[in-house]
Amino acid sequence: MSFFSELTAKPWLPEQATAGGLNVRALPPMNVGRTALKFFLGVASVLFFMLIVAYAGRMAFEDWRPGPTPWLLWQNTIMLILSSMALQWAHYSATSGDINGVRVGLFAAGAFTFGFLTGQVIAWQQLGTSGYFEATNPAIAFFYMITGLHVLHLAGGVVGWTAISSKVWSGARTAEVRESIALCTIYWHFLLVVWLVLFALLFSSDNLDVLLAICGIK
Amino acid sequence: MADIGHDAADYAPPAELEEVDLYHAKSWITKYVFSQDAKVIGIQYALTATAIGLVALVLSWLIRLQLGFPDTFNFIDAAGYYQFVTMHGMIMVVYLLTALFLGGFGNYLIPLMVGARDMVFPYVNMLSFWIYFLAVLVLVSSWFLPGGPTGAGWTLYPPQAIMQGTPGREWGIIMMLLSLALFIIGFTMGGLNYVVTILQARTRGMTLMRMPLTVWGIFVATILALLAFPALFVGAIMMLLDRVLGTSFFMPHIVELGEHLKYGGGSPILFQHLFWFFGHPEVYIVALPAFGIVSDLISTHARKNVFGYRMMVWALVAIGGLSFIVWAHHMYVSGMNPYFGFFFATTTLIIAIPTALKVYNWVLTLWKGNIRLTLPMLFSLGFIVTFVNGGITGLFLGNVVVDVPLSDTLFVVAHFHMVMGVAPIMVIFGAIYHWYPLMTGRMLHEGMGKFHFWITFLGAYLIYFPMHYLGFLGMPRRYFEMGETSFVPESAATLNEFITVTALIVGFAQMVFLFNLYWSRRNGIVAEKNPWHANSLEWQTPEMPPGHGNFGKELPVVYRWPYDYSVPGVEADFIPQNVPAGGTATGAE
Ligand code: HEM
Ligand SMILES: [Cu+2]
Repeated sequence: MSFFSELTAKPWLPEQATAGGLNVRALPPMNVGRTALKFFLGVASVLFFMLIVAYAGRMAFEDWRPGPTPWLLWQNTIMLILSSMALQWAHYSATSGDINGVRVGLFAAGAFTFGFLTGQVIAWQQLGTSGYFEATNPAIAFFYMITGLHVLHLAGGVVGWTAISSKVWSGARTAEVRESIALCTIYWHFLLVVWLVLFALLFSSDNLDVLLAICGIK
Repeated sequence: MADIGHDAADYAPPAELEEVDLYHAKSWITKYVFSQDAKVIGIQYALTATAIGLVALVLSWLIRLQLGFPDTFNFIDAAGYYQFVTMHGMIMVVYLLTALFLGGFGNYLIPLMVGARDMVFPYVNMLSFWIYFLAVLVLVSSWFLPGGPTGAGWTLYPPQAIMQGTPGREWGIIMMLLSLALFIIGFTMGGLNYVVTILQARTRGMTLMRMPLTVWGIFVATILALLAFPALFVGAIMMLLDRVLGTSFFMPHIVELGEHLKYGGGSPILFQHLFWFFGHPEVYIVALPAFGIVSDLISTHARKNVFGYRMMVWALVAIGGLSFIVWAHHMYVSGMNPYFGFFFATTTLIIAIPTALKVYNWVLTLWKGNIRLTLPMLFSLGFIVTFVNGGITGLFLGNVVVDVPLSDTLFVVAHFHMVMGVAPIMVIFGAIYHWYPLMTGRMLHEGMGKFHFWITFLGAYLIYFPMHYLGFLGMPRRYFEMGETSFVPESAATLNEFITVTALIVGFAQMVFLFNLYWSRRNGIVAEKNPWHANSLEWQTPEMPPGHGNFGKELPVVYRWPYDYSVPGVEADFIPQNVPAGGTATGAE
């Protein structure tokens, strides 16, 4: 029974009181992690949504000065896509019991993620030393803050990735890591989607008109 | 979601979920300090919240002393006054009420009430408390840093919050923002635990619609908090960057002491939106657990099932949803588009419908009940009255034209103290009188409790009722002193003195309460098991107070909702949730 149809139960009726309504099929314990992850993704979505709204709201002011759009971000985007694909591969291998595939996938995912993270740091440096840099320009400040928060979320994921990898390389079987790899993969996909939205809306070019259109202002 | 089998028989199938590996504490430190037992964590939350709440209580006396007797106390200057007001408000709302309801009652009651041995992530739960504790320490540290705590008002509006002339601009505001960020991180850890435990760790038979309303209230409030706190988090980070690194998220071009600041291009209104997108749900984060708890108290102490249980659940969910689209009623005077004002006034007034529904249901639960005027019942009655009062002034303020003159006056202060200060605190007191025997095995002293109730209830009315009139007169809030003001008559000063004296008396009654808590632990009457004859699972544990792992060898199986009081044809006037039809209780061994 789904959450919402359960809400229509009438526990005070005699026939629903003492008889049925037992959770007959107990939930497998792994669902605990999955549910927690879902809620966490909800929290993180609100966080990034707020940031996007704040950015877009600020853009609509007349004195908006668009920031530069570092070329490097394109490369980083590809890195992140590849890392997500690699994790998907690890996930696929884990379900089909192929531990070598898991290793390859995890290793590649780690390498591409590392590529993305260093790429972001280099982009920050490039921007910092370019003539554009000016702390009071909201476009610049938003760029650092939003990409920084995104990197922090990914860094949290790297902690999970490290735990899984150390298990895999110390000889765990695929069944033992399948669920955690699945969760890790979901998280990476989520952060990829967030990044794609951020990149497309905010950092790939001066998208003021698009944003205003989305918000129905123009 | 679990499949619910509606078997015709009363047969409980054997457990398929293997028993969880409980963490067993090995030393005193892991048992009582770095504990992973939700009951201990709940008490740790409650004690920390009470301790910091006492600080906020003392601050309120200082505020009142200044307002009642201006020019009398030379240890209170304008800067100090603003610091008192700010810290009082923020501590009470976030570090006391939120932490106590969700961290305190949530931790203690959720696993017990849904029939689980503990939270699903005990370790994360422990981290959650210690991060909260750290947040409190960071907040307190601002008193000892140069410049003292921030005096920006609990709403922390920029630009003034980070400009010269606002007390605590040096360190106080930084510590405040850091502490809030920490609080939010710690809360998120705890909050994930609460929702996942409620969704996935319920014992067999505990369907969603058999959960006590306490659990429902905490559940919905936790979801609100998980979705609302990120807005405050973003706001806090952005202001922190503005203050420390000189970015201009919220700072417009501005002149300070005749000098152009380096800031420019930010929007102070943006902060207000972020703050209130969190701030309005926050008031329901505090109110919904109170709604839930009070429903259970009323039902238990009136020996009657909750009237309209299903409506009560839906109303909680509806209020939770609506509370996200009303935030700008706090910003009517910020110069926003009149159409926005119209929209937000409408949504604000719509919230009154599910809220009123709950009030009717409480009253109808009492109707023809076998009402016992125990302390929890007294406090619940106090809650209903106070809440209705504060809710009605809320309806006034929800209308733009009424709000504009009343905004930033003591009327608003009276409104939110009635509805968010006194009313939830009443529930907290009632809940403590109700569950103290479960936590300690002894009853709180009845006489001291009655004294505490009457002084608090009548005192709160004597304090906040007149305050509405001061607001009508136009007396502004957050003013250190009024000076020569033609529209405020002499008598207002007398009224202010009266309020101050009453506030001090009510404050004294709280000391009696604290003494009662301390004294009864050793000297209270030893409580019989399940002293209130309640149905919910927390009272059906084999030992009282419940031991590590909560229940006996087997988890209880739930056969009914928690409101089977005074069932016709049954001799006892209550049937606990774990009693099958004509059978004996499960899981109590
Ligand atoms: C029917 C219900 C309610 C309505 C229509 C309502 C409406 C309002 C409005 C319009 C204001 C803004 C006043 C102003 O600043 O000019 C306000 C302030 C406030 N309300 Fe309510 N309210 C309601 C219930 C509640 C509840 C249940 C709580 C808390 C549990 C609450 C807590 C507050 C607080 C804390 C403030 C003041 C915030 C500040 O400016 O510092 N209200 N309310
Ligand atoms: Cu509000």
